[in-house]
Amino acid sequence: MAYMTDRKRAIGNGSAKSGTEHHWQMIISSVALLLLVPFFVFTFGPALGGTYEEALTYYARPYPAAIAALTFLVGFLHFRSGVQVLIEDYVHGMAQKVLIIAMICLSYAAAAVALLAIVRLAL
Amino acid sequence: MADVNRGNRPLSPHLTIYRPQWTSMTSILVRITGNGLIVGALLIVWWFVALAAGPEAYAMADAVITSWFGDLVMILSVWALWYHLLGGLRHLIWDAGYMLDVNKGEMLGQGSVIAATLLTVFTAIVV
Repeated sequence: MAYMTDRKRAIGNGSAKSGTEHHWQMIISSVALLLLVPFFVFTFGPALGGTYEEALTYYARPYPAAIAALTFLVGFLHFRSGVQVLIEDYVHGMAQKVLIIAMICLSYAAAAVALLAIVRLAL
Repeated sequence: MADVNRGNRPLSPHLTIYRPQWTSMTSILVRITGNGLIVGALLIVWWFVALAAGPEAYAMADAVITSWFGDLVMILSVWALWYHLLGGLRHLIWDAGYMLDVNKGEMLGQGSVIAATLLTVFTAIVV
């Protein structure tokens, strides 16, 4: 305590105190998705509409399975942060907190369930 | 504490008073497409889970996604996906400090709408 000055406490906080971390996460995930999304569209696209056996053998291959797993993981993390900003802008008070928590749960649940399914298909 | 006097004080004019502009509309559309993509994303997660669960579950998910309703959601999602991707690219360009004046911003916005539409047509043909 003795060595903590007012200036030291203020440095790096800015007027909003936080938010740079959130923005940086969005930048990192968006750069990753810039590559993953085209790969996913053109690997998942041909599999869609096929028979059960065709889809099963297709996603038993490691390359499309890895692309799909990464896209879901990064995509839902990106959604989790993006939808939080949307809610913070339009919903306030208790409803805001409840919605943000619900959307975070939905994002992680969707990512986990998708990953589990892909692991089952690929192994 | 910040909410004490909300709605009971003079506020500056907001969205309703402004004429629609390319810059604002394309920005709003990035938000709408990004968040709207959750619908298509959850449908595709369902497809993967069904595929892992077995033939009956897969038949069900496949029937929904390849029905006219599923096709509609998928084609809108593809456009939203490309548009949101280009919008994100625009944000990265701006964050790096390039093309920040109004003319170039409008140009990027119009370019995103056109490119997203072309990419959607391309995707529909290839896939």
